[in-house]
Amino acid sequence: MSKYRIKLDRDRCIVCHSCEVLCKVKNETPAGISLNQIIAEPQVSEEGYPRLKIKYQPCLHCKKPECVPACPTGALYIREPDGLVLVNEDLCDGCMECHDACPWNVPRFNEHTGKMMKCDFCVDRIDSGLEPACVTACTTHALDFVLAKKKSAAKKAA
Amino acid sequence: MTIEKKFSVCGMCSVRCPIQVDVQDGDIKFIQGNPHSPLKGALCARGAAGPGLIKDPDRIRTPLIRQGERGQGKWRESSWEEALDYVADKLKTVIKDYGSRSVLWSDRGGPFRDLHQAFMRGLGSPNYCNHDATCARNVHHAALSLFGFGRKGVLYDLKNAKHVVLQTRNIFEAINVKEVNDLLDAMGNGCRLTVIDVRSTVSAAKADRFLLIKPGTDYAFNLAVIHELIDKKLYDQDYVKKWFKDFQSLENFVRDYTPEWAQGKTGISAQEIRSFAAELAAARPSVIWHPGWMNARYTDSFYVSRTIYIINSLLGAIGAKGGLPFMAKPGDCGRKGLKALANKFPKPDEKRADGAGWKHKHIDSGPGLLHLAFKAIETEDPYPVKAYIAYRHDPLMAFPDPEAQKKMLEKLDLMVSVTFSWSATAWHSDVVLPLSPYLERESVIATKNGLKPHFFIRQRAIEPRHENRSDWEILCGLARRLGLEAMAFDSIEDIWKFQLQDTGVSIEDFETTGLVPLTDKPVYLDQDKFQFKTESGKIEILAPKWENSGIPSLKPYQDKPSPGPGLFRITFGRCGVHTQGHTINNPILFEQMPENVLWINTDKAAEMDIAQGDMVRVSVNGYYSGQLKARVTELIHPEAVFMVHGFGSQVPAETRAFKKGVADFRLMKGGMEIWDQAGGGVALQEHFVKVEKV
Repeated sequence: MSKYRIKLDRDRCIVCHSCEVLCKVKNETPAGISLNQIIAEPQVSEEGYPRLKIKYQPCLHCKKPECVPACPTGALYIREPDGLVLVNEDLCDGCMECHDACPWNVPRFNEHTGKMMKCDFCVDRIDSGLEPACVTACTTHALDFVLAKKKSAAKKAA
Repeated sequence: MTIEKKFSVCGMCSVRCPIQVDVQDGDIKFIQGNPHSPLKGALCARGAAGPGLIKDPDRIRTPLIRQGERGQGKWRESSWEEALDYVADKLKTVIKDYGSRSVLWSDRGGPFRDLHQAFMRGLGSPNYCNHDATCARNVHHAALSLFGFGRKGVLYDLKNAKHVVLQTRNIFEAINVKEVNDLLDAMGNGCRLTVIDVRSTVSAAKADRFLLIKPGTDYAFNLAVIHELIDKKLYDQDYVKKWFKDFQSLENFVRDYTPEWAQGKTGISAQEIRSFAAELAAARPSVIWHPGWMNARYTDSFYVSRTIYIINSLLGAIGAKGGLPFMAKPGDCGRKGLKALANKFPKPDEKRADGAGWKHKHIDSGPGLLHLAFKAIETEDPYPVKAYIAYRHDPLMAFPDPEAQKKMLEKLDLMVSVTFSWSATAWHSDVVLPLSPYLERESVIATKNGLKPHFFIRQRAIEPRHENRSDWEILCGLARRLGLEAMAFDSIEDIWKFQLQDTGVSIEDFETTGLVPLTDKPVYLDQDKFQFKTESGKIEILAPKWENSGIPSLKPYQDKPSPGPGLFRITFGRCGVHTQGHTINNPILFEQMPENVLWINTDKAAEMDIAQGDMVRVSVNGYYSGQLKARVTELIHPEAVFMVHGFGSQVPAETRAFKKGVADFRLMKGGMEIWDQAGGGVALQEHFVKVEKV
């Protein structure tokens, strides 16, 4: 598991899809693919009230990611010391083995580059002391970028 | 190269959230809410998709002059010089032949309208209109009729509310980022949320209480709540004694409108109405029953908004913290406001073409009613209207029945669209003046009134990529050609300096955050010192202006017809990823939602053998029909079908959105003639449609 996690406050989430659009714009993801997903399933409660079952699906940056050993070229790797699961584009040949191996199919094929893309928690932003795009500008501040069991310094300061 | 942070103002909807744009080498790298504002960086999906406008191949890149028939799509590209000369010459001819009053303008209101109003005053025409007859006009007039001030005389103190009621306001899908966060903060502190709607929205799914109401019966529901509050003496008696005029008339009027009576009309049980009213009373005065943002739905929507304001007043919420406090302005912070560009010119004393303020004495003559102005073009009554400028406004999609509208517009000698993207109205115009998208333009400085009034500024985040211009460049360019020297500014800085001259604020003061606060602490205006703007200084249950126009202040409830077999009442609304029609073709938002679906009740769908995802045909009397997928749900009233507004583009230049989804506004045949006479709003949900399985 990476030392970071994105936590969703389901009470605050209004499923506005801002997280997906922010990700798309920041990462210049081509049309047709998305590196993250907000999923809402309408339900009816026992009292007859409408409810939404909401799930946020970025990359989980697993402790033992299935995508990494599945990659035949060594392009997928775990960055130390923070445990982020990243793609080395120079090594990637776009074979999609990582996509198939991931239980949530998080890595996506970018037709324009012929390489895989995946949610990297906006590693360039993290390395500049910022938070992932989806967290930074979430409409309702429903997403939180957290260290294992404690809030990030940036969140505390805010 | 380093990343530069530019502070500006979003233009993806009419809220105008403050934004921060990260720019590197003239390219937008990221966009978020202004972290120095109450948004704390937050921005909705539409705001986040703003950069999609910049590299869109469908962008209008140069001024266009029509070659073929109106709407045929034959254009000639022109220079700005030629286009502005062309428009100015046509305006001069129209003004010479028919007078200044023959020029009509419409926009979508908002904080930058001063420049537009200055232009129209400069011309000498009284016919400045906005979009509001399809939006909040009924709400505005409801407020005027009770308080003597319009809907913006109070604000919604959501953050401190204890009970919020949404009846014609889908707050979590028609998103105002600050309002959404304030309400969620309040709910985190125990605020209750009640939603009354004909279908289950995201707002309904977040509510503590959801009341599925029979379409068009909201007024009956509200009358019963008033009955219950008065009958059980649940209202704030001190407040009523102090502030109400004609309370006895209200008490007499609602006597027979019992919860049992309302149950028969609305389908909501008397018991539920009673417990709801008691709960509201327990939370008073920190209650906000939202009077509506867009409430141009029924022929009695004015009365729906009016009864909402009455309920808020009975609960002592008007002027209260956590309720609807009075709107503070720069003057309330001991500061001077911006100098108005419009005041450079005298107010035209000519009567308005739409009749607002004279034929319709109770209608606010500020922005008037565009559907009646269109009617005046057709009838030339009270006088000919020959030139029309639509600024960032698309009435052919926003108002109902575009075919009827096109007929009304036939008598125009000049129709101009100032727009940053294609629209049905731009496609039908004689001249298209391509506005820079908001990320490439600056605007006049604006004021945000509220608990913490401030000035804010829109600066260009990046330079225009094509032959696009800012609003001030276009209007000042026309002004110069028309001899309006007083508004022929050469630079935006000159305009800003003019606006700021009395305020003690300089342009440099906006540099660090894009905002200039006028107070540190929230300004709650003292209720005891406040005067309502009515003749009596009180909340007037009987409104003289309306009564004198022969319109009752307290209108007896009237049943609406129910749809016949196979027919449904067409209802429409918003979703989080689109702002009406003008974002459907945005490449990023189109990907989010390329077409709309038809919500239909489970039982009704079963009767017609319609399953989830089946294609259905929606039609009105052989006039228009469209096909879309069915979303079968138990969470919509059986009499209603619903679709998200703004789809079904007929503009080939919108290459993505063209012919995608179904156009709700084309299902409203004759809709320009159906409007709420008391509030002025068109009644968009007074139409029935046929639904068939394909």
